[in-house]
Amino acid sequence: MSAIRFRLNGVETAVDADPDRPLLDVLRGELGLTGPHFGCGAGECGACHVLLGDRAVTSCDTPLWSAADQDITTVEGLGNAERPHPLQRAFIAEQAMQCGYCVPGIMISAAALLRQNPTPTDADVRAALDRNLCRCGSHNRMIRAVLRAAGEMAAS
Amino acid sequence: MSNAAPSPKLPISLAANPQLSSWVRFAGDGEVTVSPGKVEIGQGIVTALAQIAADELDVDLSRVRMVRASTAASPNEGATSGSLSIQQSGRALRQACAEIRHIFLAAASDRLGVEAGALEVKDGTISGPGNVSTSYWELADEVSLDRNATLAGAPKAANRRTLAGQSVPRLDIPDKVFARRRFIHDLVLPGLLHGRVLRPEIAGAQLATLADASARVAPGLVAIARDGNFVGVVSETENGADAAIHALRKGATWSSSATLPDENDLAAFLKSQPVESTVIDARQSAQSGAIVRTIQRQYSRPYVAHASIAPSCAIAQWDGDRLRVWTHSQGVYLLRADLALVLKLPTANITVEHVEGAGCYGHNAADDVALDAVLLAKAAGGRPVRVQWSRADEMTHAPFGAAMAIEIEADLDGAGEIVDWRHAIWSNGHTARPGRATQPALLAATEIAPAFPRMISTNPPPASGGGGDRNSVPPYDIPAWTITSHRLLTMPIRTSALRTLGAQGNVFAIECFLDEIAAERGEDPVAFRLRHLRDERAKDVIRAAARRADWKPTHKDGIGHGIGYARYKNTGAYCAVVAEIEGADDIRVRRLTIAVDVGEAINPDGVVNQVEGGAIQATSWVLKERVRFDRTGITSNGWTGYPILRFNEVPQVDVDVVQRADIEPVGAGEAAHGPVTAAIANAVFDCLGVRVRNLPITRESLIAAMETS
Repeated sequence: MSAIRFRLNGVETAVDADPDRPLLDVLRGELGLTGPHFGCGAGECGACHVLLGDRAVTSCDTPLWSAADQDITTVEGLGNAERPHPLQRAFIAEQAMQCGYCVPGIMISAAALLRQNPTPTDADVRAALDRNLCRCGSHNRMIRAVLRAAGEMAAS
Repeated sequence: MSNAAPSPKLPISLAANPQLSSWVRFAGDGEVTVSPGKVEIGQGIVTALAQIAADELDVDLSRVRMVRASTAASPNEGATSGSLSIQQSGRALRQACAEIRHIFLAAASDRLGVEAGALEVKDGTISGPGNVSTSYWELADEVSLDRNATLAGAPKAANRRTLAGQSVPRLDIPDKVFARRRFIHDLVLPGLLHGRVLRPEIAGAQLATLADASARVAPGLVAIARDGNFVGVVSETENGADAAIHALRKGATWSSSATLPDENDLAAFLKSQPVESTVIDARQSAQSGAIVRTIQRQYSRPYVAHASIAPSCAIAQWDGDRLRVWTHSQGVYLLRADLALVLKLPTANITVEHVEGAGCYGHNAADDVALDAVLLAKAAGGRPVRVQWSRADEMTHAPFGAAMAIEIEADLDGAGEIVDWRHAIWSNGHTARPGRATQPALLAATEIAPAFPRMISTNPPPASGGGGDRNSVPPYDIPAWTITSHRLLTMPIRTSALRTLGAQGNVFAIECFLDEIAAERGEDPVAFRLRHLRDERAKDVIRAAARRADWKPTHKDGIGHGIGYARYKNTGAYCAVVAEIEGADDIRVRRLTIAVDVGEAINPDGVVNQVEGGAIQATSWVLKERVRFDRTGITSNGWTGYPILRFNEVPQVDVDVVQRADIEPVGAGEAAHGPVTAAIANAVFDCLGVRVRNLPITRESLIAAMETS
């Protein structure tokens, strides 16, 4: 089995694993990144979203081989407490969650949106997040947070 | 009768756990360790409790370190449920901290030679006239908190609080935004193994045959464990565990003679079962008005799934006959009690500690998966085993919120006023939580050999808010009524506590029925409610919601408005909702305008967040949710079969918190579900002229309602 190579959060990475395994399993297992969450295993809830290039994909049903030579960004790659991404700042500012389990996947969907459309409307944000499920009912706060992040990015 | 004022009592959680050091300790490095028995389930309780403690102790919030509940050390506060955490833990902590402050002021007075009354506390530093000072931490060695609370030291007056009442940012959110490991799903322990359990796709199944040859060659397999109908695997990797369970599934055959009810006629099923009947409340009228006519309506709601975004997860580790369990259970002591029953082990041998999971919304599979992990860890040679359920198991094997049929009959006089009112509920019990009975409530306990019987759900007593009967006693001034609850003694579909228990169904029925009576009289539904209420706090939230929603907006085609009101459990939070919907073939909820009164709102933004979330979740229940099944098993085993409200469908939610700083706080998490449900249904009538009395309100149920009306 030859190693599969990709850039993970900006770092050249090689992983020696069955290429048919779900990307999520490898990210959370061998690569130790627990930001992307398992929710359904069927690509239906978005808790496992990662950026593959500029696209948000469900890593639970994306095979490892399809990530070869690509850029993968997980929520860990957006930023950290020292250098937060505007979305991370905005989710804190808007207190945009209850339990927060779906939040990594939602921030990734939002990051994909902002790369394609830096000035989204409320409707654009809803459409972009529509593949993500939130059970706590924090949707409106999350939409506000994404709009706030967009505003902040546009201003800087 | 004595004229003496009743002696003040310790708050309930403090009376049960009186030792002050079990709640609060001062650590040497300027920290305050606060250890509540309630747990974070995404409701922000940890932050609200930290605010209360910091406020009473006069320390900066940043000094407060909140400890997760564990049977090793925490006060036993039962379950984190029923919107009681602020009420129980908050009041206990406030009183404990007031007493601790009082004790330290006395100690400081001795040390500094200054009267306690002349001392003040600022960020933990105690100082007095003449520039003398000490601190909690300097005094901590000589002041023992290993003593019982006595009610010495009164909490601050409302106007002297500086943190309680403020929208302090939640303490847990930064970890969640930066993906620091806070969820049990993300916890990594040395030597961690992964487990999966094989569960049948049909109800009441017995494992007939099991061919395990292909599972035995799965990569990383550590063990296949079988005990009766309980079968699981342990693997070095999660992927390996999945592969092994997949192979086992192919090799298993199941048999069952169980038959599930007809999902299309739940009311008939519920009303045909053996029941235990209880008169919940009855009042007679002094003067009996002449009854001119009687109207009767039947309402129903389906089984509703908790449907957490995260499948339930737990970790367990055996060390000889000692057991350690990591869990997102709502009650670590309750889970421990059930584990002890199943394992026939003293509770002293078991430590159960809480680690956050995703929102649970009641009794989901959190406790079940803990026993799964415990059973599989027996085969792990002392290594910890992490078990995570599949999405399908989470949607089909976890307990559901109970289906309900509700019949209301009202006798009206010649003026159309209500003279008598009869409300009857048919439903399974609304709770089968662990740790409260002589038999365990955990799923695997019914699968191992010898198997424990499946616990038939019961209802908490009315004094604790009731279960199927929750909120069935009308809050309105009606001259006479009889409220009866019929609890099913059979349970073909497993039920337990789902947010609000029976309140969602009962408030839906009462508020829709009232709406119908008001409409028949030609009376405005807001005016009708206000005329039948005596409680000013109730009237205030209705008026506030109506005012914010510009009640009643001029009628526009295709748009409808409706109102719903309830005081949760008739003793908790007051909540009124105006729903604005858009309706044709499908119903779209555009806006929910809500007023809520929780007494003192410790963290107003936290209250708003809880109410918004409850309102959106209730909208999802009303428009979408229904557990699906055929005669052999549950068929809604994923998000396609059990859709919930999506971002494109979520209404605007506008919440007005009526702040009452002098009134004891109550919880907010379940206040909105009932009123939102009723407000939407009433708005549907306003829009389309049709009363939908069977939830959910879908295209199919609208058509059915139109056909019968």
